[in-house]
Amino acid sequence: MTTPPNVPIEPHAIDPHIYDNASHVVDSAEEVHVGLTLDAVRPPSQEEILRVENLTVEFPTEDGVVHAVRGVSYTVREREVLGIVGESGSGKSVSSLAVMGLLPRSARIKGRILFRGDDMLKMSPRKQRGLRGRKLAMVFQDPMTALNPVHTIGDQLAEAVLAHELMPRKTALARAREMLDLVGIPQAESRLRSYPHEFSGGMRQRAMIAMAVINNPDVIIADEPTTALDVTVQAQILEKLLEVKDAVNAAIVLITHDLGVIAGMAHRVLVMYAGRPVELGETDPVFEEPRMPYTAGLLGSIPSLDKNSGSARLRPIKGTPPSLINMPTGCPFSPRCPLATDICRTEEPPLAETDSGGHFAACHHWDRLAAAEDPTEFFRTESETVA
Amino acid sequence: MTLNAQAKGPGASTDPQGMTIVARTQGQMVRRRFFRHRAALAGMIIFGFVVILAFSSIGFLGVPGWWDKSYLGTGALVNQGRPTLSVVPQFLGGDGLHLGEHPFGQDNLGIDYFALTMRGAQQSLIVALIVGVVATTVGTVVGAVAGYFRGGAEATLMRLTDVMITIPVIIIAAVVGQMTGKSGAVALGLFLGLVLWPTLGRLVRGEFLSLREKEFVEAARAAGTSAQRIIFRHILPNTVGVIIVAATLSVASAVLLESALSFLGFGIQPPDTSLGQLINNYRSAMTVRPWLFWWPGIFIIAIALSINFIGDGLRDAFDPRQTRVRA
Repeated sequence: MTTPPNVPIEPHAIDPHIYDNASHVVDSAEEVHVGLTLDAVRPPSQEEILRVENLTVEFPTEDGVVHAVRGVSYTVREREVLGIVGESGSGKSVSSLAVMGLLPRSARIKGRILFRGDDMLKMSPRKQRGLRGRKLAMVFQDPMTALNPVHTIGDQLAEAVLAHELMPRKTALARAREMLDLVGIPQAESRLRSYPHEFSGGMRQRAMIAMAVINNPDVIIADEPTTALDVTVQAQILEKLLEVKDAVNAAIVLITHDLGVIAGMAHRVLVMYAGRPVELGETDPVFEEPRMPYTAGLLGSIPSLDKNSGSARLRPIKGTPPSLINMPTGCPFSPRCPLATDICRTEEPPLAETDSGGHFAACHHWDRLAAAEDPTEFFRTESETVA
Repeated sequence: MTLNAQAKGPGASTDPQGMTIVARTQGQMVRRRFFRHRAALAGMIIFGFVVILAFSSIGFLGVPGWWDKSYLGTGALVNQGRPTLSVVPQFLGGDGLHLGEHPFGQDNLGIDYFALTMRGAQQSLIVALIVGVVATTVGTVVGAVAGYFRGGAEATLMRLTDVMITIPVIIIAAVVGQMTGKSGAVALGLFLGLVLWPTLGRLVRGEFLSLREKEFVEAARAAGTSAQRIIFRHILPNTVGVIIVAATLSVASAVLLESALSFLGFGIQPPDTSLGQLINNYRSAMTVRPWLFWWPGIFIIAIALSINFIGDGLRDAFDPRQTRVRA
């Protein structure tokens, strides 16, 4: 068994000084070291199961209309892991909630969300509900609050099955037990009768994963599945997610702000900024040769714990993301971009194919990044230049 | 970890320090806390005693009880209608422990007052129970629908609730109570229940408003659960504490309201009787034959107070933040 004894841990009480002791911390600049790597799981097929076309989401508020998502398009192929990265407010969560049909009624959604060719936005609520949980499943960020405190784990898992299929409760519970086994919860039989408060954070997230895959979905949307967890548990959960995905033959849309997670887990990556996709491509080319300054900036702002690169300084992105109510004209990243020129302030660049095939970026100056030796060098701080 | 836990059955496990941890369900914790609440326990015992006494003594629905006198039949006045109940033992100069012919005395027609009081208590309890069930059901459904669906349904239901709250209960109760009172305790209870639900409806709506935003509800929706199932299987169990407490308190207020209505002559009509009506009938006898006033009064207080204590105990038991009951 790969799992250590489950000691209940306080997931929110992660000591910030844990990073001082670097020896047993996952090096977030490198890939998260998952035992099961992406190469070991079955490769994606060419069959497209989810296609999002020109999705826009707006929320009318008292202060004005919030443009949370402004024209996102992507596709997910069978068994593929698509990573969506971006900072808070970049629209990554909202766009995936739109796919799940979980946005509040006040949201104005435009565009098309095609699940195996059917537009989900045009479906009857009933039909949409039939897809949710059965074909499209979701793993939430915080397993502490995503489980109902008054029902046992077994009941909740069985409930997820019974929402879609008529069957005796016993059969549903048997399936629940199988799923707990699959996600690596020891003594699944007796754990079915446990309440969520008796589970540790990692175990709860495993239970959430079990609940997501119990109906053999085609797509699992994982919204920052490891953010609320202790760093030492994160890798286990990600590994489990990959393993489970392979077992049920599902694709994963992995939403995160942790580039390390994406590097180790995603086939392709979509970088979002201010509600727009700014870079899209295979994971390795995007990370090794970013063609959008924002991606380069993100890569430069990851602390490296590697002893060999001990002298490397952090290169933060200055400024803050723009207000989603009053969007600046031109490229939304231009106020923070070291490469910005006049054209960036007047004209918003489209997401266009760059030098390498299948690698898209929304930048007027992607060629300057391509020419640079180190793409993060544009974000050098003054103190670094002096030194 | 494995052997030990299995030996102790589900719920028991041993942590790495070797301490045995027994997991308790929420229900078990609530029960524990409730039974440690002394006032609640006393309330429970008194309430149970009153219920058993009222229904077993004179019988109910044709089933005869152990008390041989009827609340309808008159008899010869014994001892000028004074209570024959004696609780002072002989060695203290009393008459010894005995019930006597008419323990609570007789009224001015010679009807056994114990039987009358028991009948009154029965009626009050029936009304209270029906009010509790009706008000809780209506209030919960209205609150749940309004709180979960929001929008038009909420606006309509909540305005209706507001209207119900603004109408003085005693006045509509007086008007409708006069009509329903003749048809007995059940009809009166139903009617009062339909008047008393708004408080509970508002409370439940408030709970739903906060719970519907919880992530586990979103997770349930993400799993494709229907609205009906989310309301009844996911949200409602989380509000049970609040509902039980409010229901208990509404039962207590129903006892008082029924007494008030009967006292005003709008409740249960003669020849049937209720506690409030007994007090009304004999309020002028206070100075000459005070027992005709005291006995129903004591029962009203006992019922209302014990239910209130039970409600208090339940509230403390369901609220884990309050630790004072553990003392």
